[in-house]
Amino acid sequence: MTIGIVVFPGSNCDADTHHVVRGVLGQEARFVWHQETSLDGLNAVILPGGFSYGDYLRAGAIAATSPVMRALRGYAAAGGPVLGICNGFQTLVEMRLLPGALLLNAPGEFRCQHVRIRVERTDTPFTCALREGDVLRLPIAHGEGRYYVTDRELARITLERQIAFRYCDGTGHVGLAANPNGAIDNIAGVASVSGTVLGLMPHPERASEAIVGSADGLRIFESLARWVTTRPVPAVAAQPAAHAGTSLEGR
Amino acid sequence: MTGGGTTVGARLRTVRVTVQLKPGVLDAQGQAILKGLDALGYGGVSAVRAGRYFEIEMPDTPDLDARVRAMCEGLLANPLIEDFRYDVA
Amino acid sequence: MAAVRTPDRPLGALRPDEYAEVCRRLGRDPSPAELGMFGVMWSEHCAYKHSRATLRRLPTKGRGVLRGPGENAGAVDAGGGWAAVFKMESHNHPSAVAPFHGAATGVGGIIRDVLAMGARPVALLDSLRFGPLDEPAVAPLAHGVVAGIAAYGNSIGVPTVGGEMRCAPCYRANPLVNVACLGLVPADRITTSRAAGPGNAVVYLGARTGRDGMQGAAFASAELAGNPTDRSAVQMGDPFTGKLLIEATLEALATGAVVAIQDMGAAGLTCALSEMSARGEVGMDVDLNHVPRREEGMTPEEVLLSESQERMLLVVQAGREEEVLRVGRRWELPAVVIGRVVAEPVLTVRDGERAIVSLDPRHLTDAPAYAPPATPPAYLAEVRRLDLAAVPVHDPADALLTLLRRPGTASARWVFRQYDHMVQTNTVVAPGADAAVLRLKDAPPRGLALAVDGNGRSCYLDPYVGGMLAVLEAAQNLACVGAAPAAVTDCLNFASPERPEVFWTFTQAVDGIARACEALEVPVVGGNVSFYNEAGEGIYPTPVVAMLGRLDDVQRHATPGWTAEGDVIVLVGEGIPVLDGSEYLEAIHGRVAGRLREPDLLAVARAIRCVREAVAEGLLASAHDCAEGGLAVALAECCVPARLGARVAVRGADRADVALFGEAIGRTIGSVRASRMPDLLNLARRLAVPVQVIGTAGGDRLVVAADGAPDPRPWLDVPVKTLVQAWDSIVEES
Repeated sequence: MTIGIVVFPGSNCDADTHHVVRGVLGQEARFVWHQETSLDGLNAVILPGGFSYGDYLRAGAIAATSPVMRALRGYAAAGGPVLGICNGFQTLVEMRLLPGALLLNAPGEFRCQHVRIRVERTDTPFTCALREGDVLRLPIAHGEGRYYVTDRELARITLERQIAFRYCDGTGHVGLAANPNGAIDNIAGVASVSGTVLGLMPHPERASEAIVGSADGLRIFESLARWVTTRPVPAVAAQPAAHAGTSLEGR
Repeated sequence: MTGGGTTVGARLRTVRVTVQLKPGVLDAQGQAILKGLDALGYGGVSAVRAGRYFEIEMPDTPDLDARVRAMCEGLLANPLIEDFRYDVA
Repeated sequence: MAAVRTPDRPLGALRPDEYAEVCRRLGRDPSPAELGMFGVMWSEHCAYKHSRATLRRLPTKGRGVLRGPGENAGAVDAGGGWAAVFKMESHNHPSAVAPFHGAATGVGGIIRDVLAMGARPVALLDSLRFGPLDEPAVAPLAHGVVAGIAAYGNSIGVPTVGGEMRCAPCYRANPLVNVACLGLVPADRITTSRAAGPGNAVVYLGARTGRDGMQGAAFASAELAGNPTDRSAVQMGDPFTGKLLIEATLEALATGAVVAIQDMGAAGLTCALSEMSARGEVGMDVDLNHVPRREEGMTPEEVLLSESQERMLLVVQAGREEEVLRVGRRWELPAVVIGRVVAEPVLTVRDGERAIVSLDPRHLTDAPAYAPPATPPAYLAEVRRLDLAAVPVHDPADALLTLLRRPGTASARWVFRQYDHMVQTNTVVAPGADAAVLRLKDAPPRGLALAVDGNGRSCYLDPYVGGMLAVLEAAQNLACVGAAPAAVTDCLNFASPERPEVFWTFTQAVDGIARACEALEVPVVGGNVSFYNEAGEGIYPTPVVAMLGRLDDVQRHATPGWTAEGDVIVLVGEGIPVLDGSEYLEAIHGRVAGRLREPDLLAVARAIRCVREAVAEGLLASAHDCAEGGLAVALAECCVPARLGARVAVRGADRADVALFGEAIGRTIGSVRASRMPDLLNLARRLAVPVQVIGTAGGDRLVVAADGAPDPRPWLDVPVKTLVQAWDSIVEES
C-alpha cells in the first residue's frame, strides 16, 4: 500500500504526516509534488496542513488551481480515498470536492490548542476503525477554521450524513463551550456523500504518538490502513487534455 | 499584474475589483477592526466590514466584462460566501 | 541604517575620523557606492564597534562546541551525530516603528541565520519587553508584535515553543523584541560562510530585491532614483517566500555543490559579499545587473544596500551552477549567478562593465573598535538604599493575587495560543512550563530544552549580579525540565554606549554573564547587541539570555504542577530571600530599590545539578524554580496546572512578606512520591545540596504557615480556584 502526500509550495505538515504513515504506521508513503499530473498507483491521497501559497487570497484557493488537483478530481471520482487535513480541508472546499467554506476564526485570531471531536460517521476510509460517539483528543492550529454553510446546505449535508466530526467536550457533549472557532453546528470535519473524501480541521498527525501528548489521531490513520488493505488501488480513467478554463470547472 | 498573451495593439485597462463577505456571514476581521478603532478612541463607529481589493491590468477586449466576471467567480471571490463588484478605468 | 552621501551629510553615515580611516586604508576617497558600504558595514549594528572588545570576556569554548561566535550562528553537539544550531537576534527599533512587520521580520531574519549554517530551523523563542499593558498606546503595540511573530512563525512552519514577556515603563517607547532560533543539522554537514575557490560562482537565491529598509529622507540625493515616498524604512517580510527559501536552500546544500553560504540580513548584499570574501580571504567580482529586482529604475547603490528579505548568497563550485539553479526553478525562486570568486582579495562590484566598488573586503569587515569610557551611574547609590522598616507588610493573600496578575507571572496563554507551537511534531513540553522540551526524532530518545530569561530591574540595581542572574535563571529553568545546559546565546539590550554610565552597565552585565557561564561550564556560542534603546527615556540594562539544554532521555522530564495528592513538597537548594529588587517591592509598594546579593555561584550550580539529576532519575514528580514573586508565587504556580492545593510550612523570616515573596536565586520547589524520598535525599547529600521538606500536595487550597511560629494562623490560605482566576485572565474551558 502506498499513500501519497501532496506537497504544495508552503505546505508545512507534509513531513509530519509522512513520519506518521511511514514511521509510526509502518506503511509506504511518497510525496506528490504539486506539479505532478497523475495519482496512479496510490491507495490514498492526503492533502496535509500548512500555509500553501502563504494562505494568500483565501486559504487553499491557489492550491486548488494546481495541476495535481486536476488529477485529484479524477481520483476522487474513481472512489480513491482523499483526506484533507487543515489546509488540505481548506483546499478541498475551495475545489468544491467538499461542501461549505472555512472562514476566519470567530475570535479573530489563530488558535493552537487541544480540542476534542466526536466521531459522527464511521463508514468512511478514515473512521472505519472507530465507533460513532468516540471522542478523540487532537490539536488544532489554524486562523481560518470556522466551518460555514448556509442553513439550507446544513440541512442537506446533515441528511446526507456528510458531517464527520463535531467539536465536543470530554464527555462527548457537543456544545458552545467546546467550539474553538465558531464553526456552524460545531462542525470540525466533513465528508463527501460517499464518504471517500474527508476533510477535518484538527491535526491527527500531531496526535499519533503519546510522547507528543495524544495518540488518538493514529486511529484515523489505522482506519485508512484497514480500509485500503481490503481494496484495490483506485483505477482512474484517462484525463481529457487541458485547455483554458478547465482549472476553474466545478465552481 | 499583466495576464499572459496580450492582444497586439489592445490598450491596457485597469480593472478594480472589490470582494466582500455576503451580508449574512460573520465578519470576524471587521469586528476586530471595530474593536481596535474603539480602543484607540475613534468613537462613533457603528460597523466595519473588511474586504479585499484588487487592481488588475488587462487588455481591452470586447469580452472584457465576461472575462472579469469569470476571474472573480473562478478565483478572486468565493461565491458561496462573498460578493464582488468591479469597475474598469 | 544605511545612508549614502547627501548634500547635508557628505560623509554618509561615517564620523569624520572614520571617514579619514577609510581614506587612509584605500589610499583615496571612497566612491559613492563604497561610501555607502562603509556606512552600513561600519554601523554599530553590523560592526559592534562599542561592544566587540567587551564581548571577548565571554567564554566561548567548551566540550561539544562545534562552531563558536563569528559564524552566522553557533553550533553544539546535540548527540546521535546531530548538531544544534542556536542564535538570538533583536529587532527592537523596527518593532517600535511597525510592531507587526518589525517583529515578523525579526523572526524571518533569525531563521535565516540558522538556515545559513545548513540547519533546518525547528523552534523559536521570543523574549518581549513592553510598557505597562494597560496603557492605551502600549496594548496595540504589544498585540501587534505578538501577531507579527505568530503570522511569520506559523506560516513558515517553525513552532514558537516558549518565551517570556515583562513590562516596565522604560520600555514604553523602546519595546524589545528578541527572538531565538534553534536548528538541527548533521554534525558533519554544518556549512560555512567562507568563500573559497577562484572561479567558483557567486549565486543569488531568493526574493527579488526592492527598496526595503531605505528611508525616504536620508536617501533624497542624486545617488538614488524613484519617488522617496515609495520607499519604506521597514523591511517587509514574506513568510511564504521564507518557507520556499528554507526548502530550496536545504535542497541546494544537499547537492554537495555549495561551498559557502550566507544570508542577506542587515546590510543585505553588501554584508554578504564583504563577509564571505573577507572570511575566506579571497575576492569576488560581481555585476549588480544580474541581481533580480522587484522595482524599476533602482540604482546600483540601492541594489547594494537594500534590505529586502528572504535572500541568500551562495558560492557554488564552478561547473555545478546548474544543479543549484535548477533547485531555484523547482521552488520558483529567483536563482542567478551574479559573479565569481577571484583569488586576489579584492571585491569588485560592477554596474555592467563599470566598476563602482573595488577594494579589499577586509577593510569593510574589519571596522574600528572603540574603548568607550565607563563610569558607574550616579543613581546607583540612591536606589540601593532600602529601609525595610519603612516598608509595611502587605496582606499576603492580596499581594499574592496581585503578583499572579502581573504580565511576567500571569498565564501567557493569550500569547502562545496564537503561536503554532506544535508544527514539526517535536514539542514534548509546550509553552507554559519552565522551559520548552523537544524530542530529537532522528536521534531518539534524546531531547533538547530551551529557556530564555532576562531581568532588567535586577540589572538596573546591579548589572553585574543581574547578568549572573539571567544565566542562572535560565539554567534553573532547564534543570526543572531535566536538561543539562549546553549553550548560551544572548541579546544585550542597552541604551546609548556613548554615555559612560550606560557603557559601564554593559561591561558589568557582560562580566556577570561571563562569570556565571564559567561556573556552569556553559559556553556562549553567539549573540547580539542592541544599543541606542532610548527613545524618551533609556531602558533598564536588559541582557537577555537564551539557553539550550540536552536531555539524554526526553521522556524523563518534569513540569511545574503537582501530580498527586499526598506527594511530599521539597525545597531544593537554599538562598536568603530578600525584598531588595523584588517583584513584590515594585508591584505592591511601587519601589525599585535595594541591594542585590551576589550569589554563591558554586552552591547554585550544585543545586541546579541536583534538580536536573533528580528529574532525570524520576525522583521529582514535578519541579519549578522560585523566581519573581518568591516562594509564594512559585507554590501558587505549582497548584494551578492540576488544580491541586498544598499545605506548606516555611521557616526563617519574621516578616511574612520576606518569607513569602522575598527573592533569592538557587531555590527550586519539587514534589516527590513519598517512596522516593530516601533516593532524593541521598542524591542531595552526595552533591552537598540542602533539601528541606516543606509540606504536602493535596486539597483545594494553598495554605502556607510559618514553621514553628507561636501564632497558628497561616500566612496564606487561598482557594486554588482563586489562584487560577487571578493567574489566568482568560477564563475559559481549557
